[in-house]
Amino acid sequence: MHISEGVLSAPVLVTGAALAAAGISVGLKKMGYEKIPQVAVLSSAFFVASLIHVPIGPSSVHLILNGINGLLLGWLCFPSILVALALQAILFQFGGITVLGVNTVTMALPGLICYYLFGKLVNREGGLLSLAAAFACGFLSVFFSGILVALSLLFTEQSFMSVAKLIVVAHLPVMIIEGIITLFCVAFLKRVKPEVLGGIYGKGP
Amino acid sequence: MIIEEQFSTGKSLVHSLDPRVKIIVAILFSVVVAVSSNFLALLPALAVSLSLIVLAKLPMRKVFYRLLLVNGLILFLWIFLPFTFKGEALFKIGPLVGTKEGVLYASQITVKCNAILLAMIALLSTTPIFTLGHAMGQLYFPDKIIHLFLFTYRYIHVIFQEYRRLTNAMRIRGFIPGTNLHTYRSYAYLVGMLLVRSYDRAERIHKAMLCRGFHGKYYTLSRFSIKMGDILYLSLMLTAILGLVILQWKAIA
Repeated sequence: MHISEGVLSAPVLVTGAALAAAGISVGLKKMGYEKIPQVAVLSSAFFVASLIHVPIGPSSVHLILNGINGLLLGWLCFPSILVALALQAILFQFGGITVLGVNTVTMALPGLICYYLFGKLVNREGGLLSLAAAFACGFLSVFFSGILVALSLLFTEQSFMSVAKLIVVAHLPVMIIEGIITLFCVAFLKRVKPEVLGGIYGKGP
Repeated sequence: MIIEEQFSTGKSLVHSLDPRVKIIVAILFSVVVAVSSNFLALLPALAVSLSLIVLAKLPMRKVFYRLLLVNGLILFLWIFLPFTFKGEALFKIGPLVGTKEGVLYASQITVKCNAILLAMIALLSTTPIFTLGHAMGQLYFPDKIIHLFLFTYRYIHVIFQEYRRLTNAMRIRGFIPGTNLHTYRSYAYLVGMLLVRSYDRAERIHKAMLCRGFHGKYYTLSRFSIKMGDILYLSLMLTAILGLVILQWKAIA
């Protein structure tokens, strides 16, 4: 869910950059040097995972996984997503320098929100509740991202209304798929390596 | 392998420029173009970035293909903008009325987007990522960001190998993706396995770094030196960017 260069207006770009800078500086403060390898390798895992195309009917969507990224990294999802987006901009020209701030916020902020909403629930011992929380985490993170993309378009130009609505609606199947994937992924991690799920600073928020 | 730096090798003038100069020019140019709204400034901007591409001697077909890929959203906007913008009617398709303002706005976005994209390809994609990282370090970007950037890029390749190994294993076992729960579950486990393996790997990397005396500083062997050509290029580009600012500003006044 990238916004391309040249679409958004200056105020939206500046707001995005300021919000991203705030999130990133909190993230960097919480990330000691000893955490860098861990955050980096997880970021590359998310980068690679986002190349996976999941079939849906005749077409396919690629995974976003910002929900589970937030779940694992907390505030550190800001620097993690910034770096991934910067690499995508340089390697594939998806996004770019001036929209880097906005794109970072639209991806990382939902991840962070989900971390605070569901971090504790997901880490609970077994049970349906924790699985439901995992689904909600995947679903809502994409939903919030869609809303943020729509908002940044709307604040740029009122006439983007129908485009913005369509973007949110078109992402509905993606939300469901991300929910399912996050649910199974969390269930898998719980069985195989629960300490990954505990998050970068130990036991949830 | 899909993750490769397609344009980073070459012997053109642009390839041989100091990466710090390229980063500064790329940032200034993108920002100025992104906030411009007048065709008098945007069209020259497009010309500037096209000339950069020519100077970089990049394979035109690959550049064109790349542009096509990233113009998806722009195409999407073209479907909507002419009809949702209020203004003077320009054309009609059935009940839909396309307005002049809508078409102009859509073309403005298209020119802007492609001008910035071309400049990014010509300036940033012609520099190896590791060089970019070190150059950003010398331009006083935050240390931790640089570390994260370089490490992440370094390990993308390793994790991608891991990913290939896992998907190969799936394929050998007869996995055919489809729209069903089995597919989604398998992909979720694939993601989970990637995360587990990268977690373990990160631990090993950290220990290996500690063994080698890592204490939060990343030493680099690359030294950059500003040459006459870099100064010439930088002043030329700064003049061009200033020209764009004047064109845009005059248009407002």
